[in-house]
Formats: sequence, structure tokens, C-alpha cells
Amino acid sequence: MSINIVVCAKQVVDPETPASAFRIDSDAKRVLPAAGIPPVVNGFDENAVEAALQLKETVGASVTVLSVGSGFVMDVMKKPLSMGADQLVLVDDPLVADLDSFATARALAESVKKLGEFDLVLCGRQASDWDNAMAPLGVAEMLGIPCVTLAQKIEVEDDGGIVVQRALTDGYEVVRATLPALVTVSNELGEPRYPTLRGIMTAGRKRPTVWSASDIGLRASDLAPKLLLEDLFVPVSDRQCELIGGEDDADAGRNLALRLREARLI
Amino acid sequence: MSGILVFGEMNPDGLGGVTGELLALARSLAADTGDEVTVALQSDSVGSEAEEAVALGADIVLKVESEILAEPQIDAHLAAFEQVCRAVDPGVALLGRTPLGRDVGPRLAFRIGAAVAQDCVEVSVNPDTGRILATRPVYGGSAISRVSFSGDGAQVVIVRPKTFEPLDPDASRSGDVRDFPVTLDESAIRARLVDTVTQQAEGVRLEDASIVVSGGRGLGGPEPFQQLQSLSHLLGGALGASRAACDAGWIDHSHQVGLTGKTITPDLYITIGISGASQHMAGCSASKNIVAINRDEDANIFKSATFGVVGDWNRVLPSFIETVRELRDG
Ligand SMILES: Cc1cc2nc3c(=O)[nH]c(=O)nc-3n(C[C@H](O)[C@H](O)[C@H](O)COP(=O)(O)OP(=O)(O)OC[C@H]3O[C@@H](n4cnc5c(N)ncnc54)[C@H](O)[C@@H]3O)c2cc1C
Repeated sequence: MSINIVVCAKQVVDPETPASAFRIDSDAKRVLPAAGIPPVVNGFDENAVEAALQLKETVGASVTVLSVGSGFVMDVMKKPLSMGADQLVLVDDPLVADLDSFATARALAESVKKLGEFDLVLCGRQASDWDNAMAPLGVAEMLGIPCVTLAQKIEVEDDGGIVVQRALTDGYEVVRATLPALVTVSNELGEPRYPTLRGIMTAGRKRPTVWSASDIGLRASDLAPKLLLEDLFVPVSDRQCELIGGEDDADAGRNLALRLREARLI
Repeated sequence: MSGILVFGEMNPDGLGGVTGELLALARSLAADTGDEVTVALQSDSVGSEAEEAVALGADIVLKVESEILAEPQIDAHLAAFEQVCRAVDPGVALLGRTPLGRDVGPRLAFRIGAAVAQDCVEVSVNPDTGRILATRPVYGGSAISRVSFSGDGAQVVIVRPKTFEPLDPDASRSGDVRDFPVTLDESAIRARLVDTVTQQAEGVRLEDASIVVSGGRGLGGPEPFQQLQSLSHLLGGALGASRAACDAGWIDHSHQVGLTGKTITPDLYITIGISGASQHMAGCSASKNIVAINRDEDANIFKSATFGVVGDWNRVLPSFIETVRELRDG
């Protein structure tokens, strides 16, 4: 058996950007890329790539990575290829930059259809920029396929069934569906593998397939937002931290306990 | 199209906590719009929960009963709620961002072509337009966005749990309790929940604890969590962790606090070797007091902390624990 997997992956601002470097253009209502900190593939999407590669090893699969956006950094977007994915498809068009979840789902769903045969669509559980966790659900609805979110384990059975462990904060659910299906992947699935040197070289030689919005049959009017961004700002914390010191670290630990007792917190 | 429709989740022992929170929010919105508040209670059988929902703010309770709705089968709840939505035709639908609501809400919106906002922490009515304005943290909590819904169609709002306080139950409120028959075809369930495996740590639940002790990557390995565990026992609290510590396999993910872990609201939150990334703070910023033990004085955690020690936990923690024990033993 071999299945066709499409992994949806998004290029995002590095979520580990230190707070001091995190800047917003409040007029344009967008986050400014921090100088010297390149974007990354959304972390949960890397977990999804990992899930796909594990299935490639166990049941056999061809893995296509699909991304919709603009301003792609090729070294960044090729990372899934260097991890072992077979093919990269970029819908690279200003028309599909900064879409809301609805329009993103539409663009992804149309791209998956254009790719043709697919058995499994994998997405990260959410993108670390807008934290919506919605576009994958829309893709499943638009493609009319079963949808399971928050996977920590995915098994494909011989008869085309899949068994997914869905991570909850206190354990997990076991969910069964049949292919074709869409599954979103959570970090509990395990750390994504590191690219090997050979993987990096192979990826370097591969050329992504690049489509425009019109290649997937979409015009600006198809992508109008349903959710409107009115404001974007950095929250301010008004807490003042009382630093507890002492003669040395051990003394500070003692003083901390005494201070907490004084404040009736312990 | 008018009115506010609440997706009412039920627990085996009554209304789910989030339902009371959503009803409180619905009442505050209704105070501005003059709308009626309808709640759909979806289960195999709805009993005293209907009156409970009225006491907590519902004007109309729809009892949506079907055998398959006893379990959190997402596809079944979605199909049922879609039928309710099409019949009620609300201006606003409110759901909690629970394991069930987080999937049902967006999928419903995509089905009925409505706009949807996820993980909202403030929701109000724009007095000029009568439309909803919602506030939601983005970029892991590093930024806050305010969003509105285009056009004049239904607005689906998914609310972060534990953000709104339920109203005090008012037994004198009156409401209309009705049956809402649904037809649920087995074939609607395309992804079927077949088992639930619960991994609950013993002792106080993290979400309910008034004191939480949490460790992060700075602990360097699994062993120090034993010290943290004994400290949390000593304080009658629960044990938490950052995602970095969980992903490293030092402690089970059921202890993870944060955006993609648990939301906690203790009186006292003690963090050790946690840097205070926005995604971590998203799950604990409502703590009344945060204590940070971290050797980096510039760590983000000190921006949210009430008390802090800049130092190496290897030396700070033992004397801290010892003093806590002495204080307790008087
Ligand atoms: C979409 C998304 C969702 C996420 N969800 C969550 C979530 O739910 N929960 C969560 O926690 N994270 C979450 N994260 C990850 C988050 O961004 C951080 O990576 C993570 O919280 C860091 O964990 P940490 O503070 O333990 O580790 P680090 O950031 O590495 O911090 C370790 C700290 O320990 C201190 N330290 C080291 N040694 C010592 C010592 N000897 N004594 C004292 N201090 C010491 C260091 O100074 C440092 O501040 C998420 C990330 C993304 C992108």
C-alpha cells in the first residue's frame, strides 16, 4: 500500500522572537519581521511533516508539502523537503497573502483539488501567528472529508481506515475514520526530525512547483475576508516584580518563603 | 436573523462549566441588543439542566436529545447544532473553546457561510452597528487583536473558557423549555470517537488548585520535578510544567500549562526555570500572584511576576522548600 499525503505548511514569524524584538505596525495592523530573525515553518506543521514521514516509513506514502502565501523564503520552505518530503507546491501570490481563515481554507482546498489524488491531508493544529486553528477545519468541510484534530498518533490500516489518538489536556481520545480524511497534528506526536545532510542536498536540487491564485481558479473576490481586523496591539503588563535577595542564592530562597508567608500566600 | 444562541455543553453531573460562562456573556450582550438568549442543550436526555440553564440566564432552552449526543461525538454534535442554528437563525452563536466547541464552532461557520472568531476573551456590541466586536490574543499572546464580522450575517464567537464568570443562579428567573427534535443519521458520523483514555494526575487538579508549582527547561532533566512535586504536596497544590519540559519527556503533557496546555487561575503560581514565553503566560496570566525563580534577570517571566528571585534554582530551591516546611511545622 502507498498513500498520497498532502501536508499544509505555513511560513510564520519565528514564535521564539524575544519580546524585546517583537514589533507591531499598528496602522498597518501587522507584525513587523524582527531584523535578523528569519521566518520559520510553523512548528505544528513540522509535526505534521513528521507524522507524514512516519507514515511514509510504515505504510508507504508520497508526501507533498503545500503552502499558500507570498514572500516565501526558499531556504525556510525547503526544510520539509530536507526532512524527507517528496515535493513542494507553493501558491505564491500577493492575492493569497494575509488571508482570513475562511479564504485560507478556500485556497488550500482548491490547491488540494488541483493536485488531484490524495488520501490524507495533514495540517498543524494551529499556526503560531494567528493561533486560529480554523483553516484546516474549513479545508475538510470544503473537500467534504472527515476531520480529526489534535493528533498525537496516526495509524493507517490496510482497509483504508485510520485510527487517531486525539490529544486532550488530560489524556486522549481514540477516533476512527476512513480515508480520504484530514487530520491536524499536535506537538505530542513528537519532535520533528532534523534534516540530514543528504536530505539537505536532495532538497537543494528540488524545485518547488509554483502556482498563482488564478492557477487554482481564484480571484480577489473569492478571497474577501469574513473576519475583519480592527486593531492589533501589544498588551501591557502593569505588574511590578518585587525582587527578593539575600546574602547568597540559598538565603534568597529562605527570604522568598518568609516573604510569601508575610503576604499570607503560603 | 436575530437572537443569541448558546451551544450548551453538558457534563455527566450537570451543565458543563463553560455553559454558565457563555450564558453570562450572552446576558451581557443581550443587555445591549435586547435579544433573547437561547441555549441548545445537546445530550441523550436533558433533565434538571434545563432549569439550571434558565437560572443562569437562558430565556429559551432547547432540549436536543438523541442517543448519540451522550458522548462528545463531534460530527453528531455538529450535525445537531447545525439543525438548531438553521431553525433559530441567530445573529450570534456562542461556543466555548473546549475539545468539542473548538471544532464544532468553526465547522458550523464554514457550513453556514458565517464569519467566526476563535478564542475570544472580550466580546461586546458595537453601539454604532449593533455588530459584535471581539478581542482575542494572537501570536501566542504577544499581541492582542480586535476583530469584527463583515456583512450582516450570523456571527460565530468561540470563547476562551474561564474568561467569564457565570452569574449567580437565580431560581426565580423564568424561561421557556422546549423539545427540539433532531434527525441524526449514523452516516453523519464520519470520524467516530471509539474510546477515551484519561490520564489524570492524582491529588488536586491543576485547573482547580489554588497553588501551582511549575518547572521548565531550566530544570535540565526529569529528576528535579520530584523536588517540585514534594513542594507542591507541602503546599497542598498541583504540579505544572512548560511545554519545553513536557516535549523533552521530563513530565507528562497533562501537566502542561499554557496556550496549548491548561489554563490555570491559582492564587499563587510558583515557576522555576521557566522563561515566561507568551504562549506559557497565556495559560497562567490570570494567576493572582506569580513567583519566578530564574537565573536570568532579563527573563520575560519577571515582567508578570509579583515576587522574584534571580538565582540558580539548584541553590534557591532547597532552602526555599526547607523554610516552607519549617513555617508549616510552626
Ligand atoms: C503555537 C505555540 C504554542 C505553545 N504553547 C505552549 C504552552 O501551552 N505552554 C508552554 O509552556 N509553552 C508553549 N509554547 C512554547 C513556548 O514558546 C516556549 O518555547 C516554552 O514555554 C519555553 O519553555 P521554558 O520556559 O521551560 O524554556 P526556556 O524558554 O528555555 O526557559 C528556560 C528558563 O530557565 C532558566 N534557567 C536555566 N537554568 C537555570 C537555573 N539553573 N536556575 C534558574 N533558572 C534557570 C533560563 O534563564 C530560562 O529563562 C508554545 C509555542 C508555540 C509556538
